Amino acid sequence: MRKIISVIVENEHGVLARVVNMFAARGYNITSLTVAPIPNSEFSRMTIMSEGDPKIFEQIVKQLYKLIPVYKVIESDDFIEKEMAMVKFPLKDVKDNLADIDALARCYNGKISNVNDKSVVVSVVDRPNRIDNFLKAMQAKYKNLEIVRSGVSVIER
Amino acid sequence: MKLTGAQIVIESLIKENVEVVFGYPGGAIMNVYDEIYKQDKFKHILTKHEQGAVHMADGYARATGRVGVAMVTSGPGLTNAVTGIATAYTDSVPMVVISGQVPTFAIGTDAFQEVDAVGVTRPITKHNFLVKDVKDLAYIIKEAFYLAKSGRPGPVHIDIPKDVTVAKTKFEYPEKIELKTYKPTYKGNKRAIKRAVEAIKKAKRPVFYIGGGSVISGAYELIREIVKLTKIPAVETLMARGVLRYDCPYLFGMVGMHGSYAANMAMNDADLIISLGARFDDRVTGKIDEFAKNADIVHIDIDPSQIGKVIPTKYPIVGDVKMVLEDMMPMLLEDIDPSRYDEWREILNRYKELYPLTYKDSNEVIKPQWVIEKAGEMAPEDAIISTDVGQHQMWTAQFYPFTYPRQLLTSGGLGTMGFGFPAALGAKEGRKDRVVINFTGDGSIMMNIQEVLTGYKYKLPVINIILNNNYLGMVRQWQTMFYEDRLSETDLSDVQPDFIKLAESMGGVGFNVKTKDEFEDAFKEALNSNKVAFINVAVDRREDVLPMVPPNSPLKNMLVFKDEK
Ligand SMILES: Cc1ncc(C[n+]2csc(CCOP(=O)(O)OP(=O)(O)O)c2C)c(N)n1
Ligand SMILES: [Mg+2]
Repeated sequence: MRKIISVIVENEHGVLARVVNMFAARGYNITSLTVAPIPNSEFSRMTIMSEGDPKIFEQIVKQLYKLIPVYKVIESDDFIEKEMAMVKFPLKDVKDNLADIDALARCYNGKISNVNDKSVVVSVVDRPNRIDNFLKAMQAKYKNLEIVRSGVSVIER
Repeated sequence: MKLTGAQIVIESLIKENVEVVFGYPGGAIMNVYDEIYKQDKFKHILTKHEQGAVHMADGYARATGRVGVAMVTSGPGLTNAVTGIATAYTDSVPMVVISGQVPTFAIGTDAFQEVDAVGVTRPITKHNFLVKDVKDLAYIIKEAFYLAKSGRPGPVHIDIPKDVTVAKTKFEYPEKIELKTYKPTYKGNKRAIKRAVEAIKKAKRPVFYIGGGSVISGAYELIREIVKLTKIPAVETLMARGVLRYDCPYLFGMVGMHGSYAANMAMNDADLIISLGARFDDRVTGKIDEFAKNADIVHIDIDPSQIGKVIPTKYPIVGDVKMVLEDMMPMLLEDIDPSRYDEWREILNRYKELYPLTYKDSNEVIKPQWVIEKAGEMAPEDAIISTDVGQHQMWTAQFYPFTYPRQLLTSGGLGTMGFGFPAALGAKEGRKDRVVINFTGDGSIMMNIQEVLTGYKYKLPVINIILNNNYLGMVRQWQTMFYEDRLSETDLSDVQPDFIKLAESMGGVGFNVKTKDEFEDAFKEALNSNKVAFINVAVDRREDVLPMVPPNSPLKNMLVFKDEK
C-alpha cells in the first residue's frame, strides 16, 4: 500500500538518519523523500512516500513519534500532492517538435526551461500520478531521455 | 569563570548528584579522566572491560532506580560498550554513556580510533548526541539525564570530541529542561480510565498482566493493594518478578515460554487482560494468532508505540502505570465484589494443582532448582539477585522467592550472557547494605569473568552461584527437543576452568560443590568471606526447564513435566 506522511523535525545533527533508519530497520522501502527547512522556525519538514504493509507502517509512525527530535507526524488522506520532474532531451532528437513538447508540458504546469546547443530541458509540476503519465508519454515518443524527479511534497488541505 | 569541556563534564555530573562512574580511560577521553583525578565528589570504578563497565552501570541503575553512568574512550572503547548499551535499551534502563571521540577536525578522516559512534549507537539508545561545540555541552548533559530517566527510560549516549573537552566556555548548568518535541504523557486520559474500569467490573475472568513498567513507575504498593482488595488474579512477566510477593495468593506465577501452567492458562482463558506496563513480547504470547482469543485488552503503558503493537487493544491508556492506577483505584474499589472472581480463581487454582511448578528432587545429584530454592531460604529476604542467560536464568525466575521489585536483575529483552556478574557488582556498589547473588551458568560466567578483579579492588563481595551443567544448557535443551539431540557445539565438559584457582588468582574465593551439604557450607562461607565468591555446583546435566511453550505454539500447548499424570 502506498502511504505518504509528513514529519516535522527539529533541525539538528543526524535527524534525517534517525528518521530514515526507522524505515530501514523494519525493511520498509522509501519511494521518495523530500526535506527542507520550514521558514522562520527551527523545524524542517520531511515528506516521505513509501510502500508496504500498513501494519508495519503504523508501527513506524509510532516509533517516529518516539524519536526525540520529531515534533509531529502528519498522516492524512487529504493531502495536496505535488512533485516536480525535469526531462532532458538531446537537441537533435527534438528540434522539430519543440512546440509540441512545450504545449504538452503546459498541460502539466510546466514549460521548456532551457535550450542550448546540445539539449532541451523541460520541467513540470503536478501530482505524482500525473507526472507518471507525462513521463510515459515522453518516453513513448522520444529516446535517450534523462529524467529527474524531485519526490513528492504535500500539504494538508 | 570559564571552564574546559572536561571540567564541564565533571561539574555537570556533580550537579546531577552522580555518586559513581563506571569506566575505562583512553586517548580521546583523557582530558576528562584528568579532571576525574582532581576531584573527590564522585567515585570512579575502573573495570577490566568496557562491557563490564556498562553492565555495572546498568545493574546499579536497576537496583537503585537511579541513572547509571558509564564512561569510555573512542573507537574500540565505544564498540566494547555496545552490548551493554543494547542490553539496557531493551530493558528500559536509565543510563548515560559518555564516550570520547577524535577531535572535530579529524572526524570523517578515518583517524586513529575513530568510529562513527553516534551512528553505531543510534538504534540502541533512547537518544544520542555528538557534541560539536563546548557551548552546548552542559545543556546536552542535562538533557541526556532528563531523557534517560523520564518517560520510558533508556540509555542516552553523549559522544564528545577531544577538542571539545579542551575548549573553554562559561559553565551554566540549566535548572530545568523543556523540550518542544518530547513531552511524555504521565497522566492517563480520564475517559479512557473510566471505560477501562467499567470493563474490569463487567469482566468475569480478568487477569492483571504485570510487566516491567510496573517496576519502573514504582507502582508496586498500589498494585499489591489493588490485587488484595479486588482479588483479581495476577501474573508477572520476567521483568516484573517481585512486584507481588511470591507468596501472594492471587499471584499465579510468571507468564510465557517458561512460565507456570496456571499463569499461561490465565492468559489463555481470560476475558479481560489488564496489562500494567507489559509489552506482549513473543516470549510471553506464544503463537500470536492463538493468543488470548476471548480476551479484550486494557493496555496501560507510558510508551504509545507499545499499545496495539502486537495485539489489538480495546482499552488503550497512555500514561505512567502508577499515576493511572492512582486514578483508577477509587473507581475500581467502589462497590466491587471480590467474590465475583471466586469461580475464576478456583479454575486457576485447579490448573495450579494439576500442573504445579515443580521438579523431581534427587539424592544422587543436585538439581539446579534445589540450589535456587535453598539459596532463597538461606539468603536474607532482601538479597538482590542477578542472573546470566540460559536455563539457570529461567529456573531463578521460576523458583526464587522474590519479595520486592528491583530484586531481580536480569537481561530480559536482549538475553545477554555475561550480564549477571558485572550487573551484580554494580548493584552491590549501589546497595552496599544488601547481599548480592548472581545465578549463572558455566557458559555465561566466562563472559566478563575478568571483573573478579574489579570486585576485589573495590570490595564488592558478590556471590556467583554457578549452576554447572557442563553445557550451554538452554541451547542443549533445544537441541534435545527440536534437533534430535544433536549437540552441536554445546558440550563444555572438556573446557571447564578450575573455579577455585581462578577466583583465588584474582582475589576471590571459590568452592566446588557436589552435595547438598557442601552447598550449604559453601554458601555460608561465601557470605562470610566478604570476597567475590564462586560456588561451582555440579548439577544434573540433563535437567530441562519446564514447563515450556514450544516456540510459536499457543500458550495452552505447554509441555509439562515428563513423569506426571
Ligand atoms: C552473548 C550471547 N551469546 C549467545 C547466546 C545464546 N545462548 C542463550 S542461552 C545459552 C547457553 C548458556 O549457557 P550457560 O551459561 O551454561 O547456562 P545454562 O543454560 O547451561 O544454564 C546461549 C549460548 C546469548 N544469549 N548471549
Ligand atoms: Mg551451563
